[in-house]
Amino acid sequence: MNARDLLDTIWIVPALPLLGAVVLGLFGRRIGDPRAGWIATGLLGAAFCWSVVMFAALLSLPDEARRNTVELYTWLRAGALEVNLGFLADPLSITWILLVTGVGSLIHLYAIGYMHGDERFSRFFAYFNLFAASMLVLVLASSFLLTFLGWEGVGLCSYLLIGFWFQRRRASSASVKAFVTNRVGDFGFMLAMFFIVGALGSLDYAAMDAKAGGIAQSTATVIALLLFLACIGKSAQIGLHLWLPDAMEGPTPVSALIHAATMVTAGVYLVCRTAPFFERSGDAMTVVAIFGALTALLAGTVALVQPDIKRVLAYSTVSQLGYMFLAAGVGAYSAAVFFVLAHAFYKGTLFLGAGTVIHGTHDEQDIRHMGGLRKYLPFTGIAFVIAWLAISGVPPLAGFWAKDGILASAFFDDAYVVYAIGLFAAALTAIYVTRETLLVFFGNERFHPAVATAAGSDVSGETGAGEDGSAPAAAEEVSAATTSAAEGAIVSEPALAHAHVETASPTVDYGTHTAPTHLEGNPHEGTSVMVFPVLVLATFAIFAGLLNLPFKRLEFLTEFLDPVFGRFYSPYPTSFVAGLTLDLVAIAVAFTGVGIAFWLYRKGLADPELDPLNQRLGALARLFGNAWYYDKAITYLVGGPIRRAADWLAGVFDLKILDGAVNGVAHLFGFASRGLRRVQTGLVRQYALGIVLGAVLLLLYAVARVGIS
Amino acid sequence: MKLTDTYFLTFAALLFTIGAVGLLVRRNVLVMFMCVELMLNAVNVTFVAFSKTLNDISGQAIVFFVLVVAAAEVAVGLAIIVAIFRRRRSGVTADDIDLLKG
Repeated sequence: MNARDLLDTIWIVPALPLLGAVVLGLFGRRIGDPRAGWIATGLLGAAFCWSVVMFAALLSLPDEARRNTVELYTWLRAGALEVNLGFLADPLSITWILLVTGVGSLIHLYAIGYMHGDERFSRFFAYFNLFAASMLVLVLASSFLLTFLGWEGVGLCSYLLIGFWFQRRRASSASVKAFVTNRVGDFGFMLAMFFIVGALGSLDYAAMDAKAGGIAQSTATVIALLLFLACIGKSAQIGLHLWLPDAMEGPTPVSALIHAATMVTAGVYLVCRTAPFFERSGDAMTVVAIFGALTALLAGTVALVQPDIKRVLAYSTVSQLGYMFLAAGVGAYSAAVFFVLAHAFYKGTLFLGAGTVIHGTHDEQDIRHMGGLRKYLPFTGIAFVIAWLAISGVPPLAGFWAKDGILASAFFDDAYVVYAIGLFAAALTAIYVTRETLLVFFGNERFHPAVATAAGSDVSGETGAGEDGSAPAAAEEVSAATTSAAEGAIVSEPALAHAHVETASPTVDYGTHTAPTHLEGNPHEGTSVMVFPVLVLATFAIFAGLLNLPFKRLEFLTEFLDPVFGRFYSPYPTSFVAGLTLDLVAIAVAFTGVGIAFWLYRKGLADPELDPLNQRLGALARLFGNAWYYDKAITYLVGGPIRRAADWLAGVFDLKILDGAVNGVAHLFGFASRGLRRVQTGLVRQYALGIVLGAVLLLLYAVARVGIS
Repeated sequence: MKLTDTYFLTFAALLFTIGAVGLLVRRNVLVMFMCVELMLNAVNVTFVAFSKTLNDISGQAIVFFVLVVAAAEVAVGLAIIVAIFRRRRSGVTADDIDLLKG
């Protein structure tokens, strides 16, 4: 069996999780609690193994021949347009399926522990597997239409999983918000496809690669911008980013897999895949770079002051996604892909770590009520610290190499403004992640209500206008007393069961403050199925830099992706000194960020009400904390003028004018019929008279025309 | 006196007119039926007359079709009339049977 025959079986990769989704969807209840999770994880693990086989098969081909399309059957044929259901294996798609199946399997494994005891455990895994299948279809598709199928599939799964705990009102509305916001982007994708059919006459990527360079620049710009609109929606770039922070209402494994590691990077994949359009256009790439840089900057500022453990990570994800687009916008596609991989590892670690924390503190998400958790969650703490250093850009962890690659590309592409914004966003990243890590795992312990009360916060009130007392000494005493209780041992499973979902969401908004959740005993470490994936991901976060070291012949990923992107690269003059200087600047920025946050939060929080960074930023903190009031502005705009316009359209235009026209025609006919029906008297003789008169008239007419000869 | 086709056609026209007027003025359903027969046969006479004059046999052939159709029509029509008579003993003039009106 040669490599190409082997690559023709690539359809097995998405088929395995799809099988899992069908089986668990139909028989999940009978399969039951832990077993459904193991089936889902096992199938995705098998898909990962098969992806590795595919990777090996692709490697065995010579560089320029590393592209294999298998067409399973003709999906639809309409006139000149023919779309095949086919899968494309090239370095780009193979990289992505390794990521999706690899990280996906680990997060599936984690979810077995996290979702244990949930009433709808098997349903969760059916959705999770369906997501994996859709994502794999998205990246493996050989045509825009099939990619779009996967694109909608992941959107659907995202919706289902954000609203998985639909008993929580916030979760159900967040899922709707995500779905509707994504629809705006999907509309761009569809319009782009229409333009592509018009310009190329085909939706195949092969046709795009062959012909996109020859189309008019304006057409290419329109197509590229419409595709980017889709990416803005799916990857939560500025403008349509507002669904992603709300998406944190879903279970934490969902946040980790879908809203950090894989689905939200689909936009980056699409830009990389459709690079021929962006390259042909040129202007579109500038737009992408600007959007990416702005997103990285603005989301970074918002993450600085959020009190919710997952919200910080959510805005961080938005910010990091901005980085990826920044890279793609300056033409550094392989740097973008590298960043996607590195980000998946360390953000996956952070999210799963956050999940374990939430799990171990019984749905506490307010980082002001944590602190000192490294004592109780030692393994999670280690993993979290690794991911913290990785995302902050501390060498030699993965984040440094990935971020440095992007910044260097921007610099050498002469995009100095973008470079400067990126550098500043990197400093912000370091600050907010350090803040979160220190507040969660270090400093004083603040998770017992007694401590919080002693520290002077308002326990019962929603507004949290606690009086200005400070009693750190009392806090210290209590924490000392509770230390000996549980040395972060791995606790047996039944203690962790989440049997019942509260209707109130544990999410903490900026500016609100509620009492800490009631916690009996101390926070506890997750089970081994939860700890293992976190540690594996953290290990990757350390070593992923080796994939693409910026030295000659060590750029494995760039070289691997060269058959896809090589033709877009123009060699730019680099010097070792310039590269080294940029590295040193990046390192200095990272350490500055970490240092600032370290100095501010070195002792934890004396009072949950008094967040040092918040205090120092003053009015800016309110601006950042409310996410630049974008969400509020949109709510006001959509709820106010747009709502009124829609009401007018529905109540006046549609009802009176459109429906009025339709009903008017019907009324006209009704009115005419009421008059005409009197002709039908039921009297046979009248009918006969009519016939006779008609015949006479015809006769007269004939006589008049012809005359009597 | 030689019988030219003018005589036949005039006769047929008279016959047809009697039938048509009868159909319009009488209310007895049976009489109306007979008037229809008169009109049909007037047409038959015309057909035969032209057939003879133009020396074309197809005119006479059509007469047979008309006869067959007329016979069928009488069979169906009479059956309907009998059914109506059975249903309502009185008021069976054509003007009374007017249920099918708009």
